[in-house]
Amino acid sequence: MSKYLLNKFLFTIDRDPELVERYRNDPRGTVEWWESERAGVILNCPEAEQSTWPAFTPAEREALAAHDYVKLFELGAHNFLLLTLFIAVFERDYEEPLAFQREFAARLSHWSLPYPDIGT
Amino acid sequence: MAKIAAVIASTHHPFYYRASTWTGADRPPFADEWAAKIGAFRETLTRARPDLLVMVGSDHFHQLWLDNMPQFLIGKAPYYDANYYNEEREFGLPRMFLRGDEELSAYLLRQGIDAGFDLAFSNELRVDHSITCPLITLRPQADLPIVPIYTNIFAPPLPQPWRFVDLGKTIRRLVESWPSDKRVAIIGTGHLSLELGGPRQFGPHGPDPEFDRKAVEWIASGDLKSALAEVSLDSLWLPGNATHGFMDFMLMMGVAGEDVAADYSDSLDLFHTMEAYFTWYPAEAS
Repeated sequence: MSKYLLNKFLFTIDRDPELVERYRNDPRGTVEWWESERAGVILNCPEAEQSTWPAFTPAEREALAAHDYVKLFELGAHNFLLLTLFIAVFERDYEEPLAFQREFAARLSHWSLPYPDIGT
Repeated sequence: MAKIAAVIASTHHPFYYRASTWTGADRPPFADEWAAKIGAFRETLTRARPDLLVMVGSDHFHQLWLDNMPQFLIGKAPYYDANYYNEEREFGLPRMFLRGDEELSAYLLRQGIDAGFDLAFSNELRVDHSITCPLITLRPQADLPIVPIYTNIFAPPLPQPWRFVDLGKTIRRLVESWPSDKRVAIIGTGHLSLELGGPRQFGPHGPDPEFDRKAVEWIASGDLKSALAEVSLDSLWLPGNATHGFMDFMLMMGVAGEDVAADYSDSLDLFHTMEAYFTWYPAEAS
């Protein structure tokens, strides 16, 4: 379980317009690049002073590579980061306002409380 | 000593800016009613004639991150840039530039720490829509200096609800003891029931209208006793997975005072949330 790293991926992609497009167009390649090059970067430290240990589990890596936000919800990714990034990735493909957000909800409709723990 | 000119608590809806400024076919059907309510709400701050604004909100994973997450933080900077790329992208929010008041920031930090809150501080803070949405609704000219106060309602483990209330009471006491002739408005925004990134998001109403009804009643009447009896970190998951933002309303109830009814109270049942607006005028402020 590396919920923190899942969130770090969502966070660092969501805040960068180029990375949002890269993740939309090539999710698997973006996840592979990010895990090898960016996962260890501590955001307020010089890049040379990286963490050496962060790594996704196979299930986390696959869920990110598949744009599978239902699975990411189930793995405990932070709900706000999930929603914000996947709106950026998918909302443009829907004609009606909020149609993607409603589909996101519908695809999670088998869930009732308690939801997966988002604590890190 | 400084005077508290007004205490204001509201929801912060990032879609308001776009809804109220869109014209023609893009303008949503609820925009006119919403804008009218905001106009009346704005007047409650204008008539208080504030000199500066203490603004309570929460960073939405913009500058504050899980590698170093403060529970309560006060900005102490001469200026604050505001809003982020992803808020521009998703909500159409404009970039803003705000003046700070370092003297009051420093006073709240020193006195707040001495009062038992180990407050974090930031000398370079870019604030987000939790601060700018209430400016857009209440003071769109954004001409007054601000002191931003951030709370963690977002990344567990969170402080307990009673701690938010106690911080609100402390902020009230400290502003009233600040040696200044300024008129200070204390403004805080949070949420009623809210679901984001979950199965109950973006329904026709807020995810839990019954919670919203009770919460509006607690706030409007200053009923901290009931709010504290019914609200816990665990219970706040039930009305919706983003409802911990209600603790910022509880902080503002602490600022307003126990059993002090709001002088102005309004609400609006929108798609996916209940919006709510409250203003108190402390008796000594007139």
